[in-house]
Amino acid sequence: MADSTLKIGTEPPKENRLGLKATDYSGGKSTLCAGCGHDAISNQIIRAFYEMSVEPEKVAKFSGIGCSSKTPAYFLGRSHGFNAVHGRMPAIATGAMLANHALIGIGVSGDGDTASIGLGQFMHMVRRNIPMVYIIENNGVYGLTKGQFSATADEGSKLKTGVINDLPPMDLCALAVQLGCGYVARGYAGDPKQMINILKGAIAHDGLSVIDVISPCVTFNNHEGSTKGYAYSKEHDELLHQIGFVQAYEQIEIDYAPGELREVTMHDGSRILLKKLEEDYDPSDTVQALQRLHKATEAGAMLTGLVYLRPEKKSFIRLLNMSERPLHELGEAETRPPREALDKIMHDLM
Amino acid sequence: MSEALTATAVLDEEAGGGRPVVNDLTIHVATVNGSGSQSSNNVLMRSIFQMGVPVSGKNMFPSNIAGLPTWFTIRANKDGWIARKKEVDLMVCMNPQTSREDVEALPPGALCIYDAPLNCKSIRKDIEFYEVPFAKLAGELTTDSRLRKLLTNMVYVGIVAELIGIERQEIINAITKQFKGKQKAIDPNVASIDKGMEFARANLPKQNKWRIERMNKTAGKIIIDGNAAAAIGAMFGGVTVVTWYPITPSSSLCESLIDYMKQHRVGPDGKATFAIVQAEDELAAIGMVLGAGWAGARSLTSTAGPGISLMAEFAGLGYFAEIPGVIWDIQRVGPSTGLPTRTAQGDILEVFLLSHGDTQHIALIPGSVNECFEFAGEALDLAEMFQTPIFVLSDLDLGMNNWMSDPFKYPEKPYRRGKILTKKKLEELGGKWGRYLDVDNDGIGWRSIPGTDAPSFFTRGSGHDAFARYSERPEDYKATVDRLAKKFETARKFVPAPIVDRQPRAKIGFIAYGTTDFPLQESRHQLSSERDVETSYLRIRALPFTHELRAFVANHDRIYVVEQNRDGQMGDLIRLETGEDQKKIRKILHYTGLPCDARSITDAVLRMEGNRDEKVVRIGVDKRVATQMASED
Repeated sequence: MADSTLKIGTEPPKENRLGLKATDYSGGKSTLCAGCGHDAISNQIIRAFYEMSVEPEKVAKFSGIGCSSKTPAYFLGRSHGFNAVHGRMPAIATGAMLANHALIGIGVSGDGDTASIGLGQFMHMVRRNIPMVYIIENNGVYGLTKGQFSATADEGSKLKTGVINDLPPMDLCALAVQLGCGYVARGYAGDPKQMINILKGAIAHDGLSVIDVISPCVTFNNHEGSTKGYAYSKEHDELLHQIGFVQAYEQIEIDYAPGELREVTMHDGSRILLKKLEEDYDPSDTVQALQRLHKATEAGAMLTGLVYLRPEKKSFIRLLNMSERPLHELGEAETRPPREALDKIMHDLM
Repeated sequence: MSEALTATAVLDEEAGGGRPVVNDLTIHVATVNGSGSQSSNNVLMRSIFQMGVPVSGKNMFPSNIAGLPTWFTIRANKDGWIARKKEVDLMVCMNPQTSREDVEALPPGALCIYDAPLNCKSIRKDIEFYEVPFAKLAGELTTDSRLRKLLTNMVYVGIVAELIGIERQEIINAITKQFKGKQKAIDPNVASIDKGMEFARANLPKQNKWRIERMNKTAGKIIIDGNAAAAIGAMFGGVTVVTWYPITPSSSLCESLIDYMKQHRVGPDGKATFAIVQAEDELAAIGMVLGAGWAGARSLTSTAGPGISLMAEFAGLGYFAEIPGVIWDIQRVGPSTGLPTRTAQGDILEVFLLSHGDTQHIALIPGSVNECFEFAGEALDLAEMFQTPIFVLSDLDLGMNNWMSDPFKYPEKPYRRGKILTKKKLEELGGKWGRYLDVDNDGIGWRSIPGTDAPSFFTRGSGHDAFARYSERPEDYKATVDRLAKKFETARKFVPAPIVDRQPRAKIGFIAYGTTDFPLQESRHQLSSERDVETSYLRIRALPFTHELRAFVANHDRIYVVEQNRDGQMGDLIRLETGEDQKKIRKILHYTGLPCDARSITDAVLRMEGNRDEKVVRIGVDKRVATQMASED
């Protein structure tokens, strides 16, 4: 199998452009099970924000309820965080981003939190295109309540107790594409290099980015018969392309044969590079994206990569034509209309 | 004015119709929902208002877009009593579905204008009937069948105006206002008014009992509904994030807000200083409000009882995680398939204790459109000061009906944003900051806003210590909920105090809140003027109760709590509050879906004074409405 990642540039230095170290981006000690896929994702979140030199104080972390939703306490300890209620993180995040659109938002959810109890809020958040990163740490089970199937569990997959799942899985990537999300990716917790590039592109995206990460649950869903365990995932990982990310300030020439490389410039001037593997996959093609996802499900494959990319779609903040200054900063001068305004309103009611 | 009064008296004696009743009348218009009678009814109400007579207008409408019966009640009263009155003086029957019941419910001697095919005169002999061929009259105005339907409504306005003496010019003024000066709409409506007036002059017998005559009690006043008043208050109170999910009777609050904000809160660069989001449901609406409050915006949502139920989980999170936000509850009857278009005060306990665990919420209870305006700003302040969801309990009667009011006063006070941590404050605290540390001994910590120069923290429910660190230690949890209780005690000193009218002779004390104020004030007047019974009155304006409540109960022998729900929810909260004195509490309860009226309260008090063992009296059964509802099923 090909490497999922393009080698670009040099290794990052010991300090980023803000003079911060990677440890400035770490969080509390994880309380998840040793070997949990979620911890691997947290590590890549730390690295992505560090390497992109994002000021941690400008980041707001959001989560719902479940094992995945505990993780914001384990990364970016200098950022604000909000562990909300089950399935309702999108509403909290939407409100916060409206109050302060200068925040860089990152939400972490799970398959239970997103695909079951929070499906409605998830879909409406996608539809509104709230500018933030939304990660689903997808392991096919409810971990924190000890191993019940979730709505992303594959048909025919088996619980540790022997129970077989006989309902079809929900494909959150396909759903996001269908709802017009401008950045949809699937990653695998066991492939950190691909993950970090997907994350960087998502942070650069001015709109909602949905990242569905297959993240094995070592305690409840990593056994034989599981389709979301490490062994199964490694065996069935199918790459859409090789992915690379180049920051706006990086002067890097990329040299590839014609037709081999797709280059997409993001809102902030950064670039996402996608190198062709067996097939020529166009991530801006909605029909191809849905087709490819469906084909993978039918074949029992775990398709990873940047599934869909349309960076031009207007975010909700732009759609609402909101003031450049974040709403939370506005005081009487900006938000209390003058005395004459009230006089006029009163006069019209007389 | 005195000349006019004399002239009427003379006329009346000539006609031999008994004593004239000037500027004291209730008009009831029965139409079919969706027939477009709303503008006509507004014009009728406004023209009386413009003649200087205090007036109110109430729409009693079904949960339906077109086809079901609807009533509009206008009460004009020279003394300013504008609560609903049960007795109808002048009925306009336009609806074949209800005309029989409408006529049967009239008190003897009432006037009834009816559409000719309804043949109402055959129903009773003790009513003064005025038959009008509306279809014929409207047919003479236009050939357009849709327009004809609308103009028919304006014809009855002309007829009523002619019969009771509303000035033509004031009707024209009201029409001009209603149609915002659009001549194309004004002309046919004025023609319809004239058609009605001419017909009445030529064909209907003169009546001189009920008269509207010019007086000067409305000069400088406004007419507005409570939801629009709340919207204006919120706008001047600096709201920036608004979320809502459509639900009767609250939708018009946010819809008004959208209109006002577009006019007054878009900067010279065309950029909005607000965000208004129609959410996917009430769960999302309150979630967004809390997210925005957490991130430092002044946020609100508005809903009704069923929406409040859906908000329960988030209300708990907001309480325990200490996040500001304002939730308006425009109360109405029961579940979605209850009577969603009828008024009630039935969400008191639901809101007060909303959510899981040891929650108790601060709630403001406006009793007038002016208080809707004032409390809208006040609620935004209190939410930030107390770092908690603040509920505002209005109701359908206040929110959707038309009320007269003095113009609202421009808010002079700057926003009170509460304890927001800044770098400077952090230095004052010696660098030692804990999000939930009670440094001021009032139960309220200093909060830091994301994206500012203040330090960050991790927000979660109640599983934390004073420094917002994860904790499940028993002492940390207990300290958290005990501090929340302390914060609630602090709130008693900051919420709007009750309005107390203490009469030194009074043995009886009334307690009420919200729209019950209007009939209750009138009932007190009836008790004192008709029976020489003096009463004191305390109008609650917020939860938690302030110290005035206990003193008021202690100072009276008997306390009548009057409210519009079945079980006397506020009465129960007062009982909890008043210890030994709780035995003084009696309940008068009105819960028919229609607004409470004064006479029913007066009758109940007199009955309960006569029989001191009677502790609860349920009032206001309206036979006609009961029958109508049954027939819909």
